[in-house]
Amino acid sequence: MDNTLLSFENITFTYPTGKTPVMKNFNLSIDKGTITVILGPNGAGKTTLLHLALGWLHPSTGKVKLLEKSLSVYTRRELGQWMGLVPQNENTPFDYSLLEYVLLGRTPYLEPLAMPGEKDLEISAQKLTEVGLSSLIHRSMPSLSGGERQLVLVARALAQQPKLLFLDEPTSHLDLSNKSKLVNVLRGLQSQGVTIVFTTHEPDVASALATHMVLMREGEILQTGPIDQVMNDVSLTALYHLPIQVKEIDGKRVVLWDN
Amino acid sequence: MLFWLVVLLFAVVIFSMFLGRYPVPGFISFERLSSDSLAQKLVFNLRVPRILTALLLGASLAAAGGVFQMIFSNPLVDPGFLGVSQGAAFGAAMCIIFLGGAAWAVQASAAFFGCLGLLLSYLLARRVRYGGWVLRLVLAGIAVSALFSAGLGILKYVADPLSQLQEITFWLLGGLWSITWRQFLTILPVVVISLFIIWRMRWRLNLLSLGDETAFSLGLAPTRERTLLLIAGVAATSAVISVAGIVSWVGLIIPHIARRLFGADSRYMIPASILIGSIFTILCDDLGRTLMAGEIPLGIITSLLGAAIFAYIMINQKLPTHK
Repeated sequence: MDNTLLSFENITFTYPTGKTPVMKNFNLSIDKGTITVILGPNGAGKTTLLHLALGWLHPSTGKVKLLEKSLSVYTRRELGQWMGLVPQNENTPFDYSLLEYVLLGRTPYLEPLAMPGEKDLEISAQKLTEVGLSSLIHRSMPSLSGGERQLVLVARALAQQPKLLFLDEPTSHLDLSNKSKLVNVLRGLQSQGVTIVFTTHEPDVASALATHMVLMREGEILQTGPIDQVMNDVSLTALYHLPIQVKEIDGKRVVLWDN
Repeated sequence: MLFWLVVLLFAVVIFSMFLGRYPVPGFISFERLSSDSLAQKLVFNLRVPRILTALLLGASLAAAGGVFQMIFSNPLVDPGFLGVSQGAAFGAAMCIIFLGGAAWAVQASAAFFGCLGLLLSYLLARRVRYGGWVLRLVLAGIAVSALFSAGLGILKYVADPLSQLQEITFWLLGGLWSITWRQFLTILPVVVISLFIIWRMRWRLNLLSLGDETAFSLGLAPTRERTLLLIAGVAATSAVISVAGIVSWVGLIIPHIARRLFGADSRYMIPASILIGSIFTILCDDLGRTLMAGEIPLGIITSLLGAAIFAYIMINQKLPTHK
């Protein structure tokens, strides 16, 4: 049986203001229940890829398909119930409390003009507990540290209860203990059947979490497959144009780089 | 707490009905009101429509201000900034100088140029080749406002200083002295429909303040919903500006006060803005019409009191940030 959840078919994409395509003849499929990491240097098109997957950007040619059907056949609300996004960062000019902020994640389940109810509040508070912020639920967003904000964004995406979760550099502001907390939360999601796609610049996070790996450079895929096959000296050296060694210590992969 | 604001609004409306300068400055008594037919006419034909228009004015400016601040993710935005206020001012001045300045014509001209200001801002924003959509709209709004304000300067320069210039200045300072039932009823439908749209969509307004890709990922159609809210805000603003002139500060500060008292969540912030805006504007208008024998323009009082209250609230951190 075909296990594909999301597929990119012959995608090219050019930003309306740009001239050169950011994605060139891009093909990729993501299987149900996997955790895929997208690795690549700055400007490789990782965020664009996530935005195309969400349906927020439309490919210039080619199709993005969810369960073999083009994204355009789904309503916005259906897409909101299917897919969640943890953005890289988010501008919050107003002082929402953490609970109010996470509650926004319940919107795809509300009728278009309805307000969230008791159940939504409960779910939101529970998700804040899952990311370890239960003691801060009445604090205001602008008073948080960068790492705490990142965890709140994760909690909001969890409150959305998506079947497919995208995270754009979710660990960039996290300290080691929060990183490990997030890795555990995401593993827990995977065991509940959620499919996860994330981008990162940190090979240790990629290695600790991902089952599959996509190496991207300049809008093209260099290599893709199960992480054991892709994460090695040769492919990472080719990706970053930098001598890189992947060593195994106690069964864990460690990435060393050389100037 | 919102409930008590509603009660307070009713109390303020009743209180203002009895407050005035007839027959003597202060309150009119029940006996007088029931026996004196001049007093009855004065209260029901002049004072009541004026108070109700002040209510619509405050509600519209505060709600539109709240909506604009959320949509543009910028707490310093004011409902007139997209060329609406300056366009309306230009339109009013033009009508006063070239078309004689009958009240209805000034209103129509102000409303027309207010909407034209928005349209020009929008068209210009579409052609700006710099920044995101929000930044482009803001820049275009600044440019169009400056354009109309230059035009207004020229009009003031050529206006007859003994009659027209005074009228223009008075209009620019804002006021409700000429309001009748007819004017109130003219703007009522636009304001009610706009406020209803804003009120019903207030939950989604929260998401629109976060950025488009987040709003989209949570199931919204950001561009469409933002445009609808923008139109509702501008329609209400142009309607009230057309009868009341430029009443500044209400749209900027009332949403801040509401946010301080009720938190940022627009489920509470928007209704609170509408109520506080109405109460504030009615009270300012009461002061304007009773403090002195002549009328003090409403815009002066809203600026004076608004700025003072605003400074006080900004300094005083003891107010609860959340409900």
